[in-house]
Amino acid sequence: MSNWYMVTVVGHDQPGIVAGLSRVLSEGGWGLGESSMARLGGNFTIMMMVRGEGSASDLAQVIDPVGTSMGLHVHIDRIQAELHQHPEPNVQIRVYGADRTGIVADVTGDLAGAGLTILDLNSEVSGTGDSPVYVIVIDGFVENGADALDSAVQLLNKKGLKVDVEPIDILVG
Amino acid sequence: MAVLEILTYPDTRLSDPALPVTDFNRSLVQLVVDLQETMLVGPGAVGIAAPQVGVAQRVAIVDVSPVLEGDRNRKPKSSRNGRLVLINPEIVERDGEVTGREGCLSVPDYTGNVLRADAIRVQASNELGESREYHCHGFESRAIQHEIDHLDGKLFLDRVMSPRELFRRKAYK
Repeated sequence: MSNWYMVTVVGHDQPGIVAGLSRVLSEGGWGLGESSMARLGGNFTIMMMVRGEGSASDLAQVIDPVGTSMGLHVHIDRIQAELHQHPEPNVQIRVYGADRTGIVADVTGDLAGAGLTILDLNSEVSGTGDSPVYVIVIDGFVENGADALDSAVQLLNKKGLKVDVEPIDILVG
Repeated sequence: MAVLEILTYPDTRLSDPALPVTDFNRSLVQLVVDLQETMLVGPGAVGIAAPQVGVAQRVAIVDVSPVLEGDRNRKPKSSRNGRLVLINPEIVERDGEVTGREGCLSVPDYTGNVLRADAIRVQASNELGESREYHCHGFESRAIQHEIDHLDGKLFLDRVMSPRELFRRKAYK
């Protein structure tokens, strides 16, 4: 019976990391599930669902040559995994404002209080060094639709953030 | 009347361009009836195209009414032309670009963001061979483009955008 693991890899970005990791995993008999790579502040980051017959230390041994040669930090967790069960978002929230400490806490706190479950979140520090702008895009699900977030959005607008909420209507055809 | 089997990717028939309809006969009328019935069985489907049931003819149906007539306060921006039977449809004019999330009866458990023309003018015949022209925008326009893609052997997977690309478009456009 195969086991699922979540493999998290962080390091200085350089060409060939995903290729190197996926090659040794494939050759070692480990299969990939869902994965998400992002370049955050110049750092390479990836989280990969990995499935195979062995233990976490077997998996670590397979990854180690690439991790060591490319100077990567590798972290492995055993996970319970379910594929083919993606919850669909019904609302997208876009936020921007002059950067300050606590924007994500304010936004996610107020929206969670209004019933939002976050399914996907990306944020960037944009603008310039002198005048940074924080930008967040959230896909989420809220039981009673986008209207349920209205009062939370008004509160966030008063905190100096520009917050737009747009329903996501998934077209199936 | 029959609910037809929906082909799912990687069935190669989904990639075959469909042939124009030349005979507007009883079997065509029956195909339209069957497509309609099959579409209604699909979870929340607003369109269906003949290649999705293994019939390589340029026949599609679009009906966004169920989504637009939901009891939600915020409905997607869209024209409303009711049930459209689109035989040999041709888009003769496109205007604007907009991203939206799409899924597909033929691609279970995946949705993605796709860039489409916001407004289109489409010419088609109905099942009796009568020429029709529709001006559509928003959700209805998207549905028609999705179905015409099926007639050309394309899936929305051929057009899906990365979440980061969407992020940048939404944030900075």
